[in-house]
Amino acid sequence: MSDRYISVVNGPLKGIVKSLGLPAPVELRRFDPADPRHGYLTEPILVVGPAASADPIAELLLGADFEVVRTATPGQRYSAIIGVFTGIDDPSELGPTALAIGAGIKQLARCGRIVTIAEAAGLTPEEAAGTTAAANAARNAVTGITRSLAHEMRAGATANGIVLDGVDVLAPSAVSALWFLLSAKSAYVSGQFLTVDSARGTAVTAREFAATRTSGAEGAAPLAGRTAVVTGAARGIGASIAGTLARDGARVIGVDVPAAGDSLARTMNGIGGVALQLDITAPDAAATIAAQVRGPIDILVHNAGITRDKLLANMDGARWDSVIAVNIASQLRINSGLTELGAWGEHPHVVSLASTSGIAGNRGQTNYAASKAGVIGLAAGAAAEFAALGGTINAVAPGFIETEMTAKMPVLTRELARRVSSLQQGGTPQDVAEAIAYLASDAAGGINGRVLRVCGQNMVGA
Amino acid sequence: MTHRKAAVLGGNRIPFARSNKEYAHASNQDMLTSALDGLVARHGLAGQRLGEVAGGAVLKHSKDINLTREAVLGSALSPETPAFDLGQACATGLEAVVSIAGKIKLGQIDSGIAGGVDSASDAPIVVSEELRSILLELSRAKSVPQRLKTLSRLRPADLAPQAPTTGEARTGKSMGEHQALSTADWGITRQAQDELAAASHAKLAAAWDRGFFDDLVTPFLGVTRDTNLRPDSTVEKLAGLKTVFGNSLPVEPTMTAGNSTPLTDGASTVLLGSEEWAAEQGLTPLAYIVDAEAAAVDFVDGAEGLLMAPAHAVPRLLARNGLTFADFDVFEIHEAFAATVLCHLAAWESEEYCRDVLGLPAALGPIDRERLNPLGSSLAAGHPFAATGGRIIASVSKHLAETGKRRALVSICAAGGQGLTAIVEGARA
Repeated sequence: MSDRYISVVNGPLKGIVKSLGLPAPVELRRFDPADPRHGYLTEPILVVGPAASADPIAELLLGADFEVVRTATPGQRYSAIIGVFTGIDDPSELGPTALAIGAGIKQLARCGRIVTIAEAAGLTPEEAAGTTAAANAARNAVTGITRSLAHEMRAGATANGIVLDGVDVLAPSAVSALWFLLSAKSAYVSGQFLTVDSARGTAVTAREFAATRTSGAEGAAPLAGRTAVVTGAARGIGASIAGTLARDGARVIGVDVPAAGDSLARTMNGIGGVALQLDITAPDAAATIAAQVRGPIDILVHNAGITRDKLLANMDGARWDSVIAVNIASQLRINSGLTELGAWGEHPHVVSLASTSGIAGNRGQTNYAASKAGVIGLAAGAAAEFAALGGTINAVAPGFIETEMTAKMPVLTRELARRVSSLQQGGTPQDVAEAIAYLASDAAGGINGRVLRVCGQNMVGA
Repeated sequence: MTHRKAAVLGGNRIPFARSNKEYAHASNQDMLTSALDGLVARHGLAGQRLGEVAGGAVLKHSKDINLTREAVLGSALSPETPAFDLGQACATGLEAVVSIAGKIKLGQIDSGIAGGVDSASDAPIVVSEELRSILLELSRAKSVPQRLKTLSRLRPADLAPQAPTTGEARTGKSMGEHQALSTADWGITRQAQDELAAASHAKLAAAWDRGFFDDLVTPFLGVTRDTNLRPDSTVEKLAGLKTVFGNSLPVEPTMTAGNSTPLTDGASTVLLGSEEWAAEQGLTPLAYIVDAEAAAVDFVDGAEGLLMAPAHAVPRLLARNGLTFADFDVFEIHEAFAATVLCHLAAWESEEYCRDVLGLPAALGPIDRERLNPLGSSLAAGHPFAATGGRIIASVSKHLAETGKRRALVSICAAGGQGLTAIVEGARA
């Protein structure tokens, strides 16, 4: 499971690796509740963009005790560069802000951050209606800048964007998205966009965003008082999601098949959770979950998933059906079952595990990719329903994650999968869990029906 | 004095496995700890201090003096949870339930766990009585000549270890041979025994298939189901087995490996608590432990069968509670041997036995076979001695809650001519 290459290239062979031009991944900065800086870096943040747009962001950061500068100074290191592109009506206006970002890039700290902020472009005639072609072009241009910057990042740095769809730059979820992207919690997220389309959600400070069960005041953790159900929680990514939600204050009910019950018990006892042995494809799974939880369900993470790979030409019905049943049909049935039972809390947040295979497709995975692309469709399709419930539903698509499962891949395939991402390494289950914990929090209440990739900007599906 | 109710809140066991198979290298402590951890996880009790944990094992190493406490220390429970070991042969598990329930009723504790475990694989092996005597003498010897003199008593035969047996200390007969005497006395047929065994397998298999054990069992060492279970067992197949007990008796032998329980490894636990504690924890009672009665019989001189004590306990339990068989929806009679259950049933149906031996005015009457062991019992699940009580109590409590049935009678026979019986009432009747 461990990536030996990372330790080698950061050890005695560092010089050779550099002179040969080999990939040089670095150990990523990851969130640790004991970190006295709460997951943020100490160097100043460079905020660039037209004053009218960038000033509110600079003030927000100053208010959160970050050091802020407005122009790059030679020799100064920056923890992050924030490029604010709002209020731009023509592509010709992009240059100054883009170049101002560029002026600071070489001074970006190890595992630093670039965050762009822009208004949403309409990508269909209906969405673009009411916006001038020039303004729409300028808005969409920012995605090109951001994705390319992500490719240009070195030493564990990432570049991501916040897209404002009809909301103010200081909308609660736009602010929490900024904390997430600046934080170590987004270590393996790069080249991605968080779209905020509603002013809903709870406003949190940078410090509150980073609170955990063990740090700070009682009840201050983002998920304190929340009840979370995580499927497939016995091992791997599911176990990490359960642990992260518990760390952030939630009471966790972990679900897994009875055959995985011993691992599930170990995981749940480790985080003070509750183990529920259940086949999620059972017709009455929603009722069983609701009965076990005995109270409102605030968070549901659909993590359980299986693979039954075969080329479609060789696929049999059992392989196809089992993947569809577990990975997508169960999610639909449980969501609607819990709605019918009135089992949701006041602001229910559902997060489903998609996959980059569901975005790019993968040879031998028509069934799996169907289910994972289906999950992305499900999130968008159910967004209005969950908004009506006062909540959200989103998908998280992991790329190559170091787990027991990927440790069994052939060596060369695994090595390739690791290095084809901009961060030149695989992610960890925690990376996926952090994104999910964020989307499951009330602070992300303005992000709905979206898919967030946690893939280190993997080329697959990019 | 009014007592609080003692509620059964849930249970957990590991799948039972035939001895010297999957759990051959697991100790009693390993298995009991695992069963506890599954119970703790299912009910979200990690780190909590419970009132007390009671447990035991029949085949127990002398080093396991604090078996249950050591299992608690190795579990996810708070290390401040006290524990004690107890033993009543095969009734150990049920005695643990009765003991914890009694403390809850008296208000001594609010919550507790009753457990039991046995390994016939990792069984203690004892040195011969002569070698033990020599070794003890050696430790008392003060001089070299004294030591040499003591050692000179040692004979090669003394070095042979004594394996544990299921033999009765006072008669030297195995439990099966004892049961064979009762089986012959009561004229229990081979056909009746094989029918009971086949039904046990069929009913337990059906319970597994419908997911009944999803919240009662946690896998252990890769085992996910009771390994003794033979879903395809039939009376015809069982009829082909050769007899293993009673072969030297003057009557035709009837007891086979198929209608007797095999040596089994396993562990079980039951979570008990007061209604107030359950509410605080957000747990819903499945059933209540209402009353219990133990009995013992004089089997040594052959006045009564070794495993007939429950036949004596039940009428006393019914009388104290003002109940008859008609008041029970479920009868859980531990299947040490198919013939044991059938002997008990025959005894309660016998006017003569009930009058002359039990001192009753009339026969207790027949038991509706539809109400007998509805989820199968030890013939199918196996019988890790001290774990059987916990298995039965957890299963029957869930069964009562699930069906809304009112009352169950639980009966377990034990070595030494003992038996323990209990009344369990459904919480959702």
